[in-house]
Amino acid sequence: MTSRYSIFSLMRNAIGYHQGWQRAWRSPEPKPSYDAIIIGGGGHGLATAYYLAKEHGITNVAVIEKGWIGGGNTGRNTTIIRSNYLWDESARLYDKSLRLYEGLSQEINFNVMLSQRGVLNLAHNLHDLREISRRVNAIRLNGFDSEMLTTEQVQAMVPILDCSKDARYPVLGASLQKRGGVARHDGVAWGYARAADGYGVDIIQNCEVTGIVREGGKVTGVETTRGLINAPKVGIVTAGHTSHVAAMAGLRLPIESYPLQAMVSEPIKPVLDCVVMSGAVHAYISQSDRGEMVMGAGIDHFTSYAQRSTLAVVEQQMAAVIKLIPILSRLRLMRQWAGIVDTCPDASPIVSKTPVDGLYVNGGWGTGGFKGTPGSGWVFAHTMARDEPHELNAPFTLDRFTTGALIDEHGAAAVAH
Amino acid sequence: MSAQKNRLGNGGRINRGKPLRFTFNGRDYQGYEGDTLASALLANNSGAVARSFKYHRPRGIYSAGVEEPNAVVQLETGARTRPNLQATEIELYDGLSATSVNCWPTVEFDIGAINSLAARLLPAGFYYKTFMWPKSFWMTYERVIRNAAGLGKAPTAPDPDTYHKCHAHTDVLVVGGGPAGLAAALAAGRTGARVILAEQEHDFGGRLLSERGDIDGIPAGDWVGLALAELNAMEEVTVLGRTTCFGYYDHNYLGMVERCHINAAKSMLEPKDGPSERLWRVRSHQVVLATGAIERPLVFADNDRPGVMLAGALRAYLNRYAVRPGRKAVIFTNNDDAYRSAIDLHDSGVEVTALIDLRVDPDGPLPDAARARNIQVMDGWVITRVLGNRRLRAIEIQRLTADGGAITGEARRIDCDVLGSSGGWNPVVHLHSQSGAKARFDDALQSFVPGPARQAERSAGAANGAFALDDCLGQGHAAGLEAAKLAGFKSKSKTKRPTAESIDEAPLKAMWIVPGEAKPGHGSKHFIDLHNDVTVADIELAAREGFHSVEHVKRYTTLGMGPDQGKTGNIPGMAVLAGALDTEIASVGTTTFRPPFTPVTYGALAGRDIGEFSDPARKTALHHWHEQASALFEDVGQWKRPWYYPKAGETMQDSLNRECLAVRHGVGILDATTLGKIDIQGPDAAEFLNRIYTNAWSKLAVGRCRYGLMLGEDGMVMDDGVTARLAENHFHMTTTTGNAARVLGWLEEWLQTEWPELKVYCNSVTEYWATMTVCGPRSRDLLAEFTDIDLSAEAFPFMSFKQADVGGVAARIFRISFTGELSYEINVPASHGLGLWTALMTAGEKYGITPYGTETMHILRAEKGYIIVGQETDGTMTPNDLGMDWIVSTKKDFIGRRSLSRTDCTRPGRKQLVGLLTDNPSEVLPEGAQLVFDVKPQPPMDMVGHVTSSYYSAALGRSIALAVVKGGADRMGETIHAPLIGKTVNCKITGPVFYDPDGSRIDGA
Amino acid sequence: MFLIPCPWCGERDEEEFSYGGEAHIERPKDPDALSDAEWADYLFMRKNPKGTHFERWNHAHGCRRWFNAKRDTVTHVIEAVYKMGEEKP
Repeated sequence: MTSRYSIFSLMRNAIGYHQGWQRAWRSPEPKPSYDAIIIGGGGHGLATAYYLAKEHGITNVAVIEKGWIGGGNTGRNTTIIRSNYLWDESARLYDKSLRLYEGLSQEINFNVMLSQRGVLNLAHNLHDLREISRRVNAIRLNGFDSEMLTTEQVQAMVPILDCSKDARYPVLGASLQKRGGVARHDGVAWGYARAADGYGVDIIQNCEVTGIVREGGKVTGVETTRGLINAPKVGIVTAGHTSHVAAMAGLRLPIESYPLQAMVSEPIKPVLDCVVMSGAVHAYISQSDRGEMVMGAGIDHFTSYAQRSTLAVVEQQMAAVIKLIPILSRLRLMRQWAGIVDTCPDASPIVSKTPVDGLYVNGGWGTGGFKGTPGSGWVFAHTMARDEPHELNAPFTLDRFTTGALIDEHGAAAVAH
Repeated sequence: MSAQKNRLGNGGRINRGKPLRFTFNGRDYQGYEGDTLASALLANNSGAVARSFKYHRPRGIYSAGVEEPNAVVQLETGARTRPNLQATEIELYDGLSATSVNCWPTVEFDIGAINSLAARLLPAGFYYKTFMWPKSFWMTYERVIRNAAGLGKAPTAPDPDTYHKCHAHTDVLVVGGGPAGLAAALAAGRTGARVILAEQEHDFGGRLLSERGDIDGIPAGDWVGLALAELNAMEEVTVLGRTTCFGYYDHNYLGMVERCHINAAKSMLEPKDGPSERLWRVRSHQVVLATGAIERPLVFADNDRPGVMLAGALRAYLNRYAVRPGRKAVIFTNNDDAYRSAIDLHDSGVEVTALIDLRVDPDGPLPDAARARNIQVMDGWVITRVLGNRRLRAIEIQRLTADGGAITGEARRIDCDVLGSSGGWNPVVHLHSQSGAKARFDDALQSFVPGPARQAERSAGAANGAFALDDCLGQGHAAGLEAAKLAGFKSKSKTKRPTAESIDEAPLKAMWIVPGEAKPGHGSKHFIDLHNDVTVADIELAAREGFHSVEHVKRYTTLGMGPDQGKTGNIPGMAVLAGALDTEIASVGTTTFRPPFTPVTYGALAGRDIGEFSDPARKTALHHWHEQASALFEDVGQWKRPWYYPKAGETMQDSLNRECLAVRHGVGILDATTLGKIDIQGPDAAEFLNRIYTNAWSKLAVGRCRYGLMLGEDGMVMDDGVTARLAENHFHMTTTTGNAARVLGWLEEWLQTEWPELKVYCNSVTEYWATMTVCGPRSRDLLAEFTDIDLSAEAFPFMSFKQADVGGVAARIFRISFTGELSYEINVPASHGLGLWTALMTAGEKYGITPYGTETMHILRAEKGYIIVGQETDGTMTPNDLGMDWIVSTKKDFIGRRSLSRTDCTRPGRKQLVGLLTDNPSEVLPEGAQLVFDVKPQPPMDMVGHVTSSYYSAALGRSIALAVVKGGADRMGETIHAPLIGKTVNCKITGPVFYDPDGSRIDGA
Repeated sequence: MFLIPCPWCGERDEEEFSYGGEAHIERPKDPDALSDAEWADYLFMRKNPKGTHFERWNHAHGCRRWFNAKRDTVTHVIEAVYKMGEEKP
C-alpha cells in the first residue's frame, strides 16, 4: 500500500530528501490463477481492474501487460477529453466517462490534471454547420453540455485562430463543450495502476500473452511468456492489437489497426487556452501545461503495427494547423510519434461479451480511447463481473455487426477516417 | 560596447575584418562574422545567459553545438521572432537582437529563482502528488503552472517568410560533413554516382573545425577546403551546408531542412527573395550516416553552474572561434580525449589550473603531452563541489579510494572560472534508430553504437563508434565506396583513402555518478538533464517509486523531453537508472529515437501549401460570370458554387424568394457543372448498372433517363443521380457534387477487383462538360430560340435525352428536373459554356431569366420532397427509410441488397423521411433541430429524429421542412416538437411532398 | 513513406496510392443463402494480421489500376505485388 499523496506528504517527504516514497505499484510474480485476467495494461485495462475491485469487490485480478503499462495508445494520444458525440448511445457512454474523470484525481489520489478548458469543433462550410448543429442539439437534449458559437465568439475565445472571411475554408461557427478539455495521459495510467494495486490487483509487466486457453467453448486461462495463468474470466483490452489477441481465441473482429500520428512543438508561453478541432481542415490542437502545442491528424490510410511517424503526415498536418493558426509557422516541431488505433466500421467501440464463455473484448475505440478511459473501464468491469453488459455498453456489442445496428460516429470522431 | 575580453588575437575561423554588432538582453556587444551568438557572448565574457526551466538556476553556455541544453534564447521580436533557439546554433549577423527565455525581469535577477528555494518540494513528478485539493482549484493552479512553463514566446503576427520544398532522388546520401562524411562523399562521388552531402553546420569539417591536426600531411582545414572544391566541381554531387537531415523514414526516404538565408547580414531583418528554409524530401538508394558523436559530461554535484561546460566545447571555442572560454580552466575527465582541451588551452595562453582524471596513472601520448606542458594532472581525484552560483569561481576535489568507490581525505580547492568535463562520447545513432534498426551497447565506449542496419544504410566514423581521426577517414572512404557500388557505381581505379596520424588512447573509466560531499539530492544537485532540470535524485526517486522502464522514467522525470532531446543527458540518465535498478545499461535500453533529430520549423514542413494554395479551389467554366453577377459562394468540397445572387438592398430571404418564384413562374438558370458526370461504355454497361443501382437498367430505352439510387454493401444510401442511356452500350451517369470522385472510384473498384469479366469502361467527364439547367414554365420558349429540335412534350418527353445544336454548339440536353418545373439540363463542352450561358442570359431577359444558386435549388427540391444525399441521409438510411421502396428491385441482386434484410434494417421504429409543417407558418425550424414527441421541462428527453432540411417556401407562402422521425411514416398528422433553446416549436408530420404533388407542372403547360 | 511497386508503373511513393484493405474477400455468389452472421463476416470481419498481410492497393494518382500486395504490417516491407486474378504468392 503506497502512502497517500498530498501537499503534506510532499512536504514531509521533502524533509527526508524523498527517500521515503514507496513504489506506486508492486511488481509481483504472476500467481498460477486469478478470478479474472485483464490482457492489456493500458488506461482501459487498468481502469477495468480498478473498477472490478472498487465497484464489484473482485480484487483477485491480474493485469497482464506485454511491455510497460501505458506504453501503447495511453501514452501516445493527444490527451483530448470530451463527450460531444452524436448518437444517444455514444453520448451517454462518453459522458459517463467524462463524469468519472471529473472526480478521478480525488478518488484515486493521483493528480491526472483534468483541465476542463473547453473543446471547440469548428464549422467551415454549410454542411459542417448543419452537422454540428445537429450534434449540439442532440447532446443538449441528452442532458449534456454543448452550445453553438458564432464566428465572433470563436475569435474571442481563440485570438490566434484565423477567423477571417478570406481564409480558404473560413470559420463559420463552432460547437463548444465547456466540460471538455485535456488531462495528463500518463497520470491516468499510473493513477489507475496505483489505485488498483492498492486493492491488491497484480500488475504484471513484461509478460506477453501468447495464447488463450479454452475448454469446451469456455475460457480457462492464458498462456504467457512467463507461464500459464488460469482464470475463468479473461478480458481483452489491447488497443491496436485487439484482433491479434482475439485471434488467439479464434475470434474474428471487424477491427483494423491503423496508425494515428501526433506531434508536439517546442514549449512556448501560453497562447491557446482551449482545445480546437477541425474536421474540414483535419487538425486538432491544444497546448500542454509544459507549453508544447500538441496536435494530431487523421489516421494514416493503410493498416500498420509499426508505430512509426512519417514525413508526409507531418507536412500535411503543419499545413493544416498553419491554416488555422498562422502564427505557428515559425514554431518548431520538437517530436513526432505514432500509435495504433483499432478502427471499427462505425467508428464506435466494441465493449462486449464474445461467443466464447468467459471471454470479453473491449476495443475498437479508434480515436476515442483516451476520453473513454474511465467509462470504458467502468462498464467493462460491470460486463466482466456480471457476465452481462451494462445498459451503457449494451449497444456496443459485437452482435451489432450482424444485426446491422451500427452506431456511426465518423462525424463526431471529427477527424479523417 | 564591451571589448570582447576573451577574444584571442589571431586564429579561429572568424573574419576579424567584419565586426558585427548585436544586442543581448538589452546590452550591446560586438562579435565577428563567423561567430555564433554563443561564441560572441563567450568572447564578451558572458556569465549566466539563461535560467533553467524548473529551478531557475543561472546557467551559462554549455556546449558548442546542437546538444546545447542551457543557452536558449528568443531571437528578434514581433513577426520575425523565433523562440527557443540555441545560441550555439545562431549564426551572428549585424544588428542581431536576442533575449534569454524563462526569466523575469532579467537573467541576473530572476523572480523565478524562488523555485530554487522551494526545490525540495519540486522533485520529479511532484505535480502528480498534489494540486488535487480543493477539486475546483486545479485550473487555477494550472494557470500559474502554464505561465511559468513554456520557454520563449510565439510570434504575434503571421510569418512573413516563405518556405519551399523539393524532391531529390539520389544514389548516395551522405549525412554529415566531417572527416568521415567528406571521405565518403569523395569516394562515392569519384565513382560517378549521384551524391548529396548534407551538413547541419554552415561550415564543413565537423569535429575538424575544433581540433588541431593534419590529414594527408596538410592542416585539416586545408584538406577540408580541397575536398569541398573537388566535390563542388563534380557534376553529380550536391553539397548542402546548413542542412540538417532530421528524419529517416521508410524505404530510404529521408527528410532534410536547409536554412537558406541565415548567414547573410541582412537576412533576419529584411524581406528575402526566395525561401528562408527549404525542405528536402530525399529518396536515396544508399545512405551513409556520418553523423559524428556528442560528448557526454561527468555528473557531479552542482554541475550546472555557469562556467561548467563540456570539455570538447572548450577547444571548439578556442580553435574555431578564437575565444578563450575563461582565464583559469580546469578539465575533469575519465578519458584521454579531454586532454586535448587542456593542451590546446595551454598552447593558447590560458592557464589550466588542473586536469582532474578520475582514472589512476593515465598513460599515453595525450597525458604525456599534458604533463610535458607542466599541466597539473590530478589522477584518481574527482570534483566534489562547485563554488559560485552565478559564475564558477572554484572547485573542490577529493581523492578516490583505492577501489574507486568513494571519496576520502581532505578536500582541495582549485580556482577556476571555466570547467570542461568529459565522460566520453556518444555516437549519434538517431537516424540509424529512426530507420528501424537497433543500437547495441558498447562496453568499451560505454555508449550505444549502431547495430545491424535494417535499411540500405551504414554508419561511418564517430557515428559508428570510431573516434580516431584515421579510422573516421578510413571508414568514411569504405562506406562511400560500398554505397556507390550497391547503387551500381564501381570505383574506376583504386582510389586512395585519406589518412591521418593515429594517436593511441587508453580506455575510459565509467563513473556515472561522481560522489559529492553528500548523497545526490541531499543539499547539492547532480544534474542529468540540464534543460529540464532533471537530477540524479529524480531518477533514483522514479526507480524507487517503481518506474523501472526507461520510457516510464523519461515521462515521469521529463528526462530528454526538452528541445535538446536529451542529447547530453539521456545516456547518463539511463546509466543512473541502471545503477538504481542494479542492472546493466544495455538491458535498460534506450527510449525510442523519434524524428526530428533537431526541431524543424513548422513553416518549412508546410511549404507553400498554405493560404490560397492549401487546397485547390475548383471553379466551373462559368465562375467568372457568377463573380461579376455578385454571387455569394458556398464551399461544396473543393468547389466554389454560387449560393445565391443578391441584388442591391435585398436580404438573403428576399433574394431567395425572388429566385424561387422566378423559377416557378418564369425561367431560372443554374450552373450544375459540379455534379459528377461519369461516361460509362461497353457491352456490359447495362448489366453493370443493374448491379450498382437498386433499380433495373437493361430495358431502359436509348435516349431515356432514369433516376438511380446507389447503396453501400451495408444497404445504406450512398449516392443518387440521374443516368441516361445515350446509346445501346453508352451511358451518362450523374452523381452528387461531393461524391463524384468517390463514386468513380467505387465503380472502378467493383469492375477491377470483383467483376473483371465485365467489359465496361468508365471515365470522369465532370469537367469536360459545362452544365446549365434552364428551368421554369418559360424555359421551353427560351430554349426554342437556341435550337431547332422539337421541344414539345410529346417529342421531347420528361426523362429523356437528345443531342442537338444549342446556340450553334453541339450539346447534350437532358430533360430531367430537380425542381418539379419544366427543366432542361444543357451540357456543352466546357470551353463553350460561358458563351452559351451569356447568350441565354441575354435572350432570357425578356422572360425575366433569373440565375439561381444552391440555396434556391435546395428549397425548390425540398418543396417536391426530393432528398439530398448527405443531408437527408447520413450513411444510416436505407431506401425503405426514405420511402423509396419503389426503386428497389425485387428481381435482381445489387450491391447492398442482402443487408436490407438484416434484423436492424427491418425492425419497426426506424427513422423515416417525413415532411414537417410548423404550427406557426412563418416560423422556420433550424436545420439540425432534434425532435421529440414528449417534451419535458428539462433535458434529458427522448429524441425521435431531427430536421434535415428547412426553408421558407415562397411558392407556398410558409415554412416547410424535411425530417427523419422514428416510425414517421405511420404517424402522419401527428404533432411533434422541436425543443430549442428558450422555446419549443410545434409542428405536424406530413408527407415530404409539399408542392405540386401530382407532378402536373413537369411539362410546363 | 514507403515505395510501392505498381505492377504497371513501377516503384512509386505510397502517397500516390489509395488503400483497399484486405484482399481476396470474394463477394458471395448467393447472398440470400447466407445467414446474417455469415453476411456480417463478409461485410465487416477482417484478419488484420500483425505481420504478413495480403491487401489491395489502387494507384489512384497514376494508372488508377487495382492490384494486390503482400506486405508486412510491421516492417512495411512489400514482398510481392500481383495483379487482380493472379495467384497469391
